[in-house]
Amino acid sequence: MSVAGYEALVEVQLRPGVADPQGATIEHALGALGFNGVSKVRAGKAFRLQVDAPDASAARRLVEEICARLLANPVIEVSAVSLEPLGEVA
Amino acid sequence: MAARVGVVVFPGTNCEHDVAEALEGLGAQAELVWHTATSVAAMDALVLPGGFAHGDYLRPGAIARFSPVMAAVQDFAAAGGPVVGICNGFQVLTEAHLLPGALQKNRGLSFLCQMTEVEVASDRSVLTAGVEVGRRLRLPINHFEGNYTADPSVLAELEAQSRVVLRYVDNPNGSDAAIAGICNEAGNVVGLMPHPERASSELLGSSDGLVLLQALLASAGRALAHNR
Repeated sequence: MSVAGYEALVEVQLRPGVADPQGATIEHALGALGFNGVSKVRAGKAFRLQVDAPDASAARRLVEEICARLLANPVIEVSAVSLEPLGEVA
Repeated sequence: MAARVGVVVFPGTNCEHDVAEALEGLGAQAELVWHTATSVAAMDALVLPGGFAHGDYLRPGAIARFSPVMAAVQDFAAAGGPVVGICNGFQVLTEAHLLPGALQKNRGLSFLCQMTEVEVASDRSVLTAGVEVGRRLRLPINHFEGNYTADPSVLAELEAQSRVVLRYVDNPNGSDAAIAGICNEAGNVVGLMPHPERASSELLGSSDGLVLLQALLASAGRALAHNR
């Protein structure tokens, strides 16, 4: 069975409604720097990883499991996965 | 017989000797338990001390949760053994789902290292059993992620079941409902951000932490009598 490589980008953000002290501080700093009209700043984390899987949906399932078990804390965070194929590796 | 208290040490833990010293001062036998240990069954109680387990990489406690010792801690807790997580240990217990909610970055994004005043809010935990509800204790905090956050439904459940163990008198970090410590439903697993071991002598500015550590040792003694 052939396996393809994928590059996954995982973005982890605080759940809507969870207070975000980092986002609030950045927003405050932007105002102080004169960037007007900027609102709703939310800080998060991004992870890039390469995975080998039979197809894109298997790769997505794998990365989503990784998010649920480790990369995000579902109590306060949500994650979003985007995938890009890297071409066949085996 | 002196209670045997296992003090769990992850790479990056840094309060284990303080905890051991404070417990031994109260007559307990404290033993450091490295995070690769697979059994803690010989212990009468466990403490997960403060520090930066696994460098706090990703999130505090996120990696420590998967250390081999945590399966043993789960079993010990499920059997009713007293387990207390202090500061980073509290963060590990929430990541391990032994306690609900999460510890977020402090409101104001300041690392807080200061004496605080907390009020005992419940006596139905192994750390506060026999301690008068409403009693105020002076305990130091030392954390960046101590802002206790949980769903409104979880907060309502904690309040309804008297599982908020300690509350800040003057909320320093933005915690929901000024929560400084909570326990599980059975009361045998407790997490708190303040450091009772750093308030174990007047020379340190307060000895109020001894009340909590004594309660823990008394609870360990009861667990001991019950199991043997």
